[in-house]
Amino acid sequence: MLDLNSISKTFNAGTVNEKRALNGLDLHLQEGDFVTVIGGNGAGKSTMLNAIAGTWFVDSGSILIDGIDVTRLSEHKRATYLGRVFQDPMTGTAASMQIEENLALAARRGQTRTLKKGITVKEREGYREQLKILELGLEDRLTTHVGLLSGGQRQALTLLMATLQKPKLLLLDEHTAALDPKTAAKVLEATDRIVGRDHLTTIMITHNMKDAIAHGNRLVMMHEGRIIYDVSGEEKKKLTVSDLLRKFEEASGGEFANDRMMLN
Amino acid sequence: MNIIALLNSLPGACAQGLIWGIMAIGVFITYKILDLADLTVDGTMCTGGAVCIMMMLSGHSVWLSLFVAFLAGMLAGLVTGVLHTFLGIPAILAGILSQLGLYSINLRIMDNKANQAINVDKYPLLVSLRYIKGVPFYKNTLLITVIIIALLIGILYWFFGTELGCSIRATGSNQNMSRAQGINTDFTKILGLMISNGIVAFASGLYAQYQGFADINAGRGAIVIGLAAVIIGQVLFGKIHGNFAFKLLSVALGGVIYYLVLQVVLWLGLNANDLKLISAIVVAVFLAIPYLKEKHFSKPAKKGGTGRA
Repeated sequence: MLDLNSISKTFNAGTVNEKRALNGLDLHLQEGDFVTVIGGNGAGKSTMLNAIAGTWFVDSGSILIDGIDVTRLSEHKRATYLGRVFQDPMTGTAASMQIEENLALAARRGQTRTLKKGITVKEREGYREQLKILELGLEDRLTTHVGLLSGGQRQALTLLMATLQKPKLLLLDEHTAALDPKTAAKVLEATDRIVGRDHLTTIMITHNMKDAIAHGNRLVMMHEGRIIYDVSGEEKKKLTVSDLLRKFEEASGGEFANDRMMLN
Repeated sequence: MNIIALLNSLPGACAQGLIWGIMAIGVFITYKILDLADLTVDGTMCTGGAVCIMMMLSGHSVWLSLFVAFLAGMLAGLVTGVLHTFLGIPAILAGILSQLGLYSINLRIMDNKANQAINVDKYPLLVSLRYIKGVPFYKNTLLITVIIIALLIGILYWFFGTELGCSIRATGSNQNMSRAQGINTDFTKILGLMISNGIVAFASGLYAQYQGFADINAGRGAIVIGLAAVIIGQVLFGKIHGNFAFKLLSVALGGVIYYLVLQVVLWLGLNANDLKLISAIVVAVFLAIPYLKEKHFSKPAKKGGTGRA
């Protein structure tokens, strides 16, 4: 479903701030794979998702989504295939627009936007049903402006928007990191429900190792712009947090996992 | 300080305010909906009038002339949009570049003269300062501008409710989100700038007719007057919970109030040459108020994003 063929990306090339963010990264996902991604700060996790999403173009390598070469496709065109939820709850929704308007925008992802009505009465009823899966009571607040919602509500709504048009690939960039633990758990539950329901191929970045182990069928660890550990199936189920920490130390040559990973 | 003189001048001030209200609706589209400060309008506020007057002088109908003025404004918006999106020039600078370039273009349109007059008795003008009093009601400039504003608000209300219009609103609200939802934000920005400048040029066409001449300096400081109208509308009517059409209406009314206040200030004996300074100060104060309020009078700010679900 997804093929990253030795992609590389260097930021600020030729300056003192030169940063090799992706270093010949290879990753291949089967349809229905739910991969969790862990790694220290600066390992290239978010950079990988941005490369897939097309925030900028990679320096070398190729990106295929379901066999379609998207390497040189602009961000908004790639959006046809992708559902995205960002780390910052403010990023995924339009604050000055209503809940139903946000959903209507998302429902038209990949379609040409014409002079037809921006939202129809019929789809409004559909949204009411869809919002119920989040279990946040948003189904009764269709015309509320998104700016009035809490961070958790906005993340949950973004998740729904990302999956309203079934994407070929769902990209979750630490989408619970900015939420308090209780809310984060709720959003993660909703994630599992939706991913399970639609059998979505998913990549989820997380700093929480327990979450990384508990969710999905595959786990990859990144370090210095490439994948250093890749585990799936039964082997993944048996993983413990201390296994992961040990792996991380081995791979990074004794360099210890950062505080943020430890605390989780 | 003759109160009768003031009262006599009010209908004219209203008419001018309404025309600038149309212009302010154009500014509203970039400033409020797209979240861009577009300075192109200082140029297009002259271009529209120049095109309209020159076309009428060469015998074209008033409606065709206004339509071509609208197109000319859209073209100016297109240039600014392309400079901003494809060439990566910050929006403010892109607008300034277009505006500067337009100065020369406007002169060329006006046959290299700084001023082109049109005689209200010889040409079928749609609006004029002579059509305020003593004309049949259907020719009254006040009525005609009110109808035009009503039509404009109707069209924009419909348009910004369509899929395309919603994508422009989304772009102004959150570009990252828009692109993630497959919206070509370069395209929506250019389209918004074109519509905005088209409306401004249309207003310019009306304003030149109203005054009876097109003038190379007609657009100087137009953005400030437009912003003033937007801000006055927002301050006075923002508390009223209204839909999008009401917001546009309050912008137009903001233009009227701006001109009424101006008239009173003039009547009080202020020098007309000081008006631009006063306008600038008034807009600066209104723009600063929300910031100062936030900084000095707000409760401890809520942290974004960490609220509870």
